[in-house]
Amino acid sequence: MQAAETEPLLRTHRLNAWFGGNRVLRNVTLDFADRAVTAIIGPSGCGKSTLLRCLNRMHETVPEASVEGDVFLDGTSIYNGDLNAIAVRRHIGMVFQRPTPFPTMSIYDNVAAGLRIRIGASPRRKETDEIVRVALERAGLWSEVKDRLRESATGLSGGQQQRLCIARALATKPGVILLDEPTASLDPLSTQTIEELVHELRETIAVVIVTHNMQQAARVSDRAAFMLSGEMIESAPTSTLFTNPRDSRTEDYVTGRFG
Amino acid sequence: MLGLTYVAAIIATLPLLFIIFHLLRQGATFLRPSFFTEMPKPMGEAGGGMANAIVGTLILIGTASILGLPIGIGAGLYLADRRGSPLATIVRFLSDVLNGLPSIVLGIFAWEFLVRPFGGFSALAGGMALGAMMIPLVTRTTEEMIRLVPASLREAALALGYTRWRTSVSIVLRTALPGIVTGALVAIARIAGETAPLLFTALGNQFWSTALREPIAALPLQIFAYAISPYETAHAQAWAGALVLIAIVLIISLIARYATRARYAGGGD
Repeated sequence: MQAAETEPLLRTHRLNAWFGGNRVLRNVTLDFADRAVTAIIGPSGCGKSTLLRCLNRMHETVPEASVEGDVFLDGTSIYNGDLNAIAVRRHIGMVFQRPTPFPTMSIYDNVAAGLRIRIGASPRRKETDEIVRVALERAGLWSEVKDRLRESATGLSGGQQQRLCIARALATKPGVILLDEPTASLDPLSTQTIEELVHELRETIAVVIVTHNMQQAARVSDRAAFMLSGEMIESAPTSTLFTNPRDSRTEDYVTGRFG
Repeated sequence: MLGLTYVAAIIATLPLLFIIFHLLRQGATFLRPSFFTEMPKPMGEAGGGMANAIVGTLILIGTASILGLPIGIGAGLYLADRRGSPLATIVRFLSDVLNGLPSIVLGIFAWEFLVRPFGGFSALAGGMALGAMMIPLVTRTTEEMIRLVPASLREAALALGYTRWRTSVSIVLRTALPGIVTGALVAIARIAGETAPLLFTALGNQFWSTALREPIAALPLQIFAYAISPYETAHAQAWAGALVLIAIVLIISLIARYATRARYAGGGD
């Protein structure tokens, strides 16, 4: 996926989202560049998680949730094009706030979980071994688990479990990975490990991270977008957004006057 | 206050300890290998065994499980999936009512609708009555176990590109499975000792029979028949039979506990 500076890998166009009658996104138009980290910041309830969940069509899995507008992945519409929700989610991986290893599976099977769902097209044993190893390496977990791949994933620490979930998302070789407050439930050391990992991931894919931690956004992201009450207020290179915001509401938020 | 609860906790375990102690004292001496292999001797004669009743009870449990487990688990899956729908609310309520139904009432109904129309007592009617008792129990535990699976796991599977169907089977059901197995075993343990429904359906049998369309012997029925007889030797056999029955229930309960433990240990694969 070669994307020029001017052509974003992922793009939302006048995106609106609802929970029943409650409108949580209002005409959000935003670009996400390839090989870059985009942070979405804003106070609780501003719609940043919903925006993230619209990017891989997870929003619609909630009863009574609906979406209007569109999202383009590499120029292809994910809502009105040929891609179905399953295909979209295989191209755009996701990691949640709390680690979600599958408790009945081993570490190895967790990482391979996304590979085995195409019945009949599941890769051969050797290929799977290779994919699992590469995914765990990219998630910075290989050296810690390589001798216990057959053990239950629930035996890992919280930070390890979260990196396992990142490896699981990477195994299907997505072009984009979405991180929904990935360090919210982790201790400072594990948080640092994940942040370093995010930095490495941007060398190869697009990363979108939702965070309520502004220092984290400042540390890990190339671009940042500020949301308020379902609206995209401002998006800019991270340093610009934090030091020289255009909108007074952005300034109030990043200087800690509310939120 | 804590002292009182301590006393209550001790008293709560006393009946079981007393029963087991008494059963061991009364029944253990008669519990020779022949008890498991021989047929009952005529009333009043010493010796003999309950081979037919032990096998009969296992056949009844098997028949009840073949009927009760698929229906109960299926209904539980439905309730967990459609928890708010009108049908689910009705089914859940009726399950709870059925769960509290006195087993003698169930036995009378089984006689009316399974025994009388088909011209006689049978193992099949007994198994069906016991199966009907299992259904509400299995339904409710299956539903509870499925609900215990965190919604975040379902989300994680969907986000990986799993279809809804595949998410339900290989993530949700797979995660809930040890709990469902435990629920099934608890239900089996509960019906293993049921007597009242069998009086109206399986009837009991002094002879060896494994035919589903014939009356069949069962441990609870045999214990009942021996206990109310006037013979000392028969009483001894009743004690031994009770000991075997409680051992079967205890073994099933222990397996259930083990399955539950494996669940919380994470299991591995």
